[in-house]
Amino acid sequence: MANTISPLFGHNGAPLSESADTARATLAGMLAVRQFEEAVDSLFARGLMHGTMHLSIGQEASAIGACAALEQTDFITSTHRGHGHCIGKGADLTRMMAELLAKQTGYCRGRGGSMHIADASTGNLGANGIVAGGIPIAAGAALAQKMKGTDRVVMCFFGDGATNEGAFHEAVNLAAIWDLPVIFVCENNKYGMSFSTEKSMKVEHIADRAAAYGIPGITVEGNDADAVYAACNDAVLRARAGHGPTLVENITYRWKGHSKSDKNLYRTKEEIEDWKHKDPIVKFENRVIELGVLTREECDAIAADIREKIRASISEATTAPDSDPAELLASVYRAIEGGN
Amino acid sequence: MAEEQMNFRKSIPAAIAAEMRLNPNIILLGEDVGAAGGVFKTSLGLFEEFGPERVLDTPISEQAIIGAAIGSAAQGLRPIAELMFADFAGVTFDQIANQLAKYRYMSAGQYKLPVTVRLANGVGGGFAAQHSQSAENWFLNIPGLKIVTPSTPNDMYGLLRSAIVDDNPVLVFEHKGLFNVKGDISNERIPLGVAQVVTRGTDLTIVATQLMRHRSVEAAEILNSRGISVEVIDPRTLVPFDDATIRESLSNTSRLLVVQEGPAGGSWGSDLITRTMSDSWSLFDAPPRLISSPSTPVPYAANLENAWLPSVDKIVHAATELTSY
Repeated sequence: MANTISPLFGHNGAPLSESADTARATLAGMLAVRQFEEAVDSLFARGLMHGTMHLSIGQEASAIGACAALEQTDFITSTHRGHGHCIGKGADLTRMMAELLAKQTGYCRGRGGSMHIADASTGNLGANGIVAGGIPIAAGAALAQKMKGTDRVVMCFFGDGATNEGAFHEAVNLAAIWDLPVIFVCENNKYGMSFSTEKSMKVEHIADRAAAYGIPGITVEGNDADAVYAACNDAVLRARAGHGPTLVENITYRWKGHSKSDKNLYRTKEEIEDWKHKDPIVKFENRVIELGVLTREECDAIAADIREKIRASISEATTAPDSDPAELLASVYRAIEGGN
Repeated sequence: MAEEQMNFRKSIPAAIAAEMRLNPNIILLGEDVGAAGGVFKTSLGLFEEFGPERVLDTPISEQAIIGAAIGSAAQGLRPIAELMFADFAGVTFDQIANQLAKYRYMSAGQYKLPVTVRLANGVGGGFAAQHSQSAENWFLNIPGLKIVTPSTPNDMYGLLRSAIVDDNPVLVFEHKGLFNVKGDISNERIPLGVAQVVTRGTDLTIVATQLMRHRSVEAAEILNSRGISVEVIDPRTLVPFDDATIRESLSNTSRLLVVQEGPAGGSWGSDLITRTMSDSWSLFDAPPRLISSPSTPVPYAANLENAWLPSVDKIVHAATELTSY
């Protein structure tokens, strides 16, 4: 049985906090990302999950607010810090959990893990373990939409660090000159691993870089789901209308280290605490309660419902069969012995 | 179908056009592939026939070229990406090695990538170190890619057509030293992974690709006139590799000489010798030999470039030694 959070698709452009339905979906999405990652963090700490992972706790408004601007039939490319993008596009939480637990029922049957979840059924073209590696691929997927004459768009997620990679510049330029339907969503969480954006670039805003390619660039308060949605919705409409790409920069912050090996030696506890006060989930909850759109009890009920979904994802995934060594050779090539 | 004479260079756009006429999802993209007809004139006429929507000139952005091919292939197109000089694969190594080759595997087969990458390979007349390499060897250690190395106009034509219709990423290396070689074209696809026995012989098996295949055939004629009967085999594709044909030949000749352009380290020639020795030790009457280029970058000066490439003389000499072992 599917275990998803039913993302918001085809919304009309009004703020997400304005109606009960959209507020519910947005809150559920952000809580699902938060709780999924808290759960895998704990599984990892207890030695029940191996490998590595990159958590986006603190950045949930960026993934969920951006995906809310998409239609179900649109596409995303994601990053090493991609659980939020998967969930925002409607991935099944149990299949995600199963992939991280290296199970046969995972999205990639244990071949990918946290960094490589792809889900063709929801238009997720795949997360990517190489910084900026997915950006040229997003341009290609958008080229196909343009050639086939669809009105589908590709939302391409990447971090601040990716914008110092050559692949970013090549791909954004290509998408710009061909007016491809891409939305470049930069999740600027202030650090590329340990190196701060203040030190790694001379421009004040990553969105300023859009000017170099002759496309619009906008800097957004990335912990505000309404603001992220508004900017991405404009960019999606523009792309869908055939006017080409936009660079949206969501300013946000990751509470956890870059990966499991990061001890946060390059930033202060005070800075991390300061950003925890800008929690995107608390911010959104407070807003919808203040607006009278949802009550505190309703918000708590959504959180309890998500907790149940995450719990179910763990119990179901844990009991699934492990990845099958008999299938080791499968999926390298298509249509050869051992392939499929 | 009727055969026609064509040179290697012209067989390339002929093959592309033949497949593009059959499938509207096939596109060609790369630097100067449009109105210019390609730096090596290997896309001449395609822009005129198929228009700017299917023959796309790109900026000098090799990562974007391969990335665009990957993304559009995942979305149902069948792109042919031209990288001009094979050496430029170095500029987009991530997109080929980490993205293109692994995309299908990492997604457990959710996506297929019918991408053809075309690269002009090898020593071709004074292009020097960054425009002359045998780059096919760079990719041997990356599962997920197929590697095609044609030697004749017919192989170029037929293998390129098969690469385009293959559902996997295929790298097609077009040797710059062979562009003006003429030959008959049968207008058929040639399956990947089937070696060609170029000359029949009983004393020695020579395995060689591309320019070295032609030099090996020349050497075989000289050796024949001296009473040494040589079987020259052109594997035509390095991945998949037709080991069975080599083994069958060895069971008659018991002697193996591999001739390869490019340094020996980590190359298909070294790999073939290791594999054959492990699998078919009992077939050998003499230790196998590899003739390769020295471990230096490709030099510019004509006399140095000539010295760098394995010569017909060198092949004849090594073959004579091997057969008198």
